[in-house]
Amino acid sequence: MELRTTNICMKNFKSRLPDVTFYSRESEAACGPRGSVVGFSGSVSEKMLSGLHYPGCPEARLRSLREKLPCREVQAGTLLAIMGEPEQYCYPSIFIYGHRATGKSHVILTLLKELELPHAAVSCVECVSAGLLFEQTLLALFGADSAALLPRLPSLSDFVRVYRQVCAQQPAKQTRYIVLERAELLRDMEANLLPGLLRLQELVDDNVAVILLSEIVWDKFRPNTGCFEPLLLHFPDYTKAELLQILSLDSNPSYTPELYSSYINILLGVFYSVCRDLRELRHLAALNFSKFCEPLEKGEAKEGNTHKLWRNIEPHLKRAMQTVYLREVSSVQWGQQQMDEKEATALRGLSALAHVELPYYSKFLLIAAYLASYNPARTDRRFFVKHHGKMKKTSFLKKHEKTSNHLLGPKPFPLDRLLAIFYSVVDSRVAPTASVFSQISSLVTLQLLTQVGHDDQLDTPKYKCAVSLDFILAISRTVSFDIVRYLYDFI
Amino acid sequence: ADGRKWKNNLPILCDIFEFNYEKLTFHLLLQVQRILRERFCHQRLPDRPVGLESQYKHLLELLRRTAVHGESNSVLIVGPRGAGKTMLLRCALRELLELQEVKQNVLQVHLSGLLQTDDRIALKEITRQLHLENVVGDKVFGSFAENLVFLLEALKRGDKSSSRPVFFILEEFDLFAHHKNQTLLYNLLDVSQSAQAPVAVVGLTCRLDVLELLEKRVKSRFSHRQIHLLSCMSFCQYLDAFRSELALPDDFPDSKFSQEWNLNVSELCEEKSVQEILQKHFNSCKDFRSLHLLLLLALTRVSVSNPTLRAVDILEASRMSSADSKANILHGLSVLELCLIIAMKHLNDIYEGEPFNFQMVHNEFKKFIQRKSHSIHNFEKPVVIKAFEHLLQLELIRPVDGGVCKVQREYQLMRLMLDHTQVMEALQRYPQCPTDVKQWAISAFG
Repeated sequence: MELRTTNICMKNFKSRLPDVTFYSRESEAACGPRGSVVGFSGSVSEKMLSGLHYPGCPEARLRSLREKLPCREVQAGTLLAIMGEPEQYCYPSIFIYGHRATGKSHVILTLLKELELPHAAVSCVECVSAGLLFEQTLLALFGADSAALLPRLPSLSDFVRVYRQVCAQQPAKQTRYIVLERAELLRDMEANLLPGLLRLQELVDDNVAVILLSEIVWDKFRPNTGCFEPLLLHFPDYTKAELLQILSLDSNPSYTPELYSSYINILLGVFYSVCRDLRELRHLAALNFSKFCEPLEKGEAKEGNTHKLWRNIEPHLKRAMQTVYLREVSSVQWGQQQMDEKEATALRGLSALAHVELPYYSKFLLIAAYLASYNPARTDRRFFVKHHGKMKKTSFLKKHEKTSNHLLGPKPFPLDRLLAIFYSVVDSRVAPTASVFSQISSLVTLQLLTQVGHDDQLDTPKYKCAVSLDFILAISRTVSFDIVRYLYDFI
Repeated sequence: ADGRKWKNNLPILCDIFEFNYEKLTFHLLLQVQRILRERFCHQRLPDRPVGLESQYKHLLELLRRTAVHGESNSVLIVGPRGAGKTMLLRCALRELLELQEVKQNVLQVHLSGLLQTDDRIALKEITRQLHLENVVGDKVFGSFAENLVFLLEALKRGDKSSSRPVFFILEEFDLFAHHKNQTLLYNLLDVSQSAQAPVAVVGLTCRLDVLELLEKRVKSRFSHRQIHLLSCMSFCQYLDAFRSELALPDDFPDSKFSQEWNLNVSELCEEKSVQEILQKHFNSCKDFRSLHLLLLLALTRVSVSNPTLRAVDILEASRMSSADSKANILHGLSVLELCLIIAMKHLNDIYEGEPFNFQMVHNEFKKFIQRKSHSIHNFEKPVVIKAFEHLLQLELIRPVDGGVCKVQREYQLMRLMLDHTQVMEALQRYPQCPTDVKQWAISAFG
């Protein structure tokens, strides 16, 4: 049992977060807290759960349920009430929505497992085809023999036929539940799948309920000609206090729980306005806790000296927001960075793009492309002709565009213009050799430039520059070219 | 069936009488839940279809002519979702099958457009439901053409007097019209036109324009009989339906309890607050399915400590079923994401609904940070991009061209999928919303 939960959680993780390695230790905790619950009381919600008698379900088990679902008692209570007694009919389809990491899967799977109701839990991420979905469902509900009855490449019709066939042999004594996680992916499968699943109870004529879990609202699911409307159930986000309560559950045994809560409080202070995802917050909390404890270990501060601890940790958290939070560095790299921080004070690993090395002319080609993309063609005379004669300052400065080009994005330009600007910005004389042209095409391959239109336009190909201002500023700094002076938007 | 189940429970009941009153209520409530849930969740057939008497008679007569006299027929039942098309048909079939001669004689083939997505699968299903798989060994499941020829032969060989009538029931009829060449529909309707084995083709659909989907040659073979289920229920009838849907049947084991329950339901109908809620529901949609959903939600709140339905339960259920899901999602956004939404709202106001890209949104946001904000500190651009992408993932914003073209993500044109009032409402409900953000949202033009 224990092993299975961990397994399922790991699957969730793989689908959502790229670096699993760091997590494996606490993967279970990410879906539901382990260990004892400290200072937990919720009189109203407790009544909600305890008011529900489940015949054949002892009080002790209900209590353990309550402990496993902190801050989700109301939702669990509503869900139990909708599900009803095992032998009664349940509403054919239930759609549960809410933000990521609000305990949707955790609550429903815990309930089904603890109450030992027959169910199949399938994550739609794992199902590249509908066939896999059918197979897993039958496997979980009826055993391996039934899944073998499915033909190759089964359609929904085959699934329903096999289901009816097996169901006739094993009639339902209890409601069967099919839980589909990440249900938004069902929309990309065959068009008949989602409406079919929603009215599965009617199609197979069995006491079965389909529970869909998604982050996206139901309005985005509804097919053109409508379908059976499921029962909508919302899982609200955790409040700040609830986040604090849940995150405090995995405190470090070598420190007091109070210290850990105060640490979480600081963490939430920095991250709460940006991120409310329990999973990400937990990840960040685990990563930075050792840094927080450093002054304590060195004996520079006591546990009560929160101000000093705060002063110590805050810059680290801010830095974590720019790197770890954005997944620019993995957790292992972050750990290493924290270790050898003393030698290298400069902030590293900001963006992979900042480290791109290009040949000398390629840099100028890129700069020329950037200028051609963001400057209107009529201003080229002003920037690149040495004696541009008398140009009325007022008429030049009068911007006709409502908004600057840096808001609208790069414009396409022909090859001739690129080369003309290139020759005027590069210092030395460059012959238009094949090497220059090949450098242009390698810039396209590197996706720093994109070719507009079809590939078969050999004589006048058009390009767009696909790099950001920060990137081009960094490039032009390396060749000591002041690009801002040449940009129309910044004059 | 209810009575039999009750007898099985009798020994349990005897046990209970020795215990207290509470346990008894608990068991009675279990019964109530079972009966009502079968109505609300399993769409149990009513004794007679309510408010659809003339349509019912029409359909029954048609089917009877096929079943008894061997006349072929085709008919479409058209009506909005949840109007009771399937219920009507099933009621008619139930009544028809009560006749002994019909029951022995008639064959039924049930197809659904959701399951039989092409003619090949549909044909296989037909042979299976007519129990013809084994007639000629494996020949039946040969190619599509062989299969079709075989089936048509089988139907053709029959005549009006000697062969058994077949009912073809096609749910989601409009989906069958999308099959290649409409082969199945053509052949079924062709059989129903000519003097072959008696068949009745009954299509159920929610599309009013379903005939436009049919090819000319298919359309000309259809009898153009349509039964429309456009509910013309008045509010009084709706109230009656509410009462009868909640009422316990006469054969309920504890007559005292059921009388009290029914009385309570009648009293509920008189109550002003309940009537208001029902009026609101009636105005938005008056089909039975949405009523069932409402009643189920109210029923879930009935428990031992609260053994009767109260007006509060109905109110709470209506609140739950009519909640705006987008507002719920907006409630869980971070402050940064909310700021981006407000920036988008301002852009929509300024440019009259033209699409925007990330750079514009970021520019608006920066302007706000520099000029007006005291509580929001300046976030790095990548962090803002991440927040933006989260909104994209939640489908609160959507790329204009489906996200296929090769533009940098900052410049991809987007549209906001929320309207002005939704944003403002979400802002009102947002917990601990900083005042300067609120001010910014209210102020015109950023």
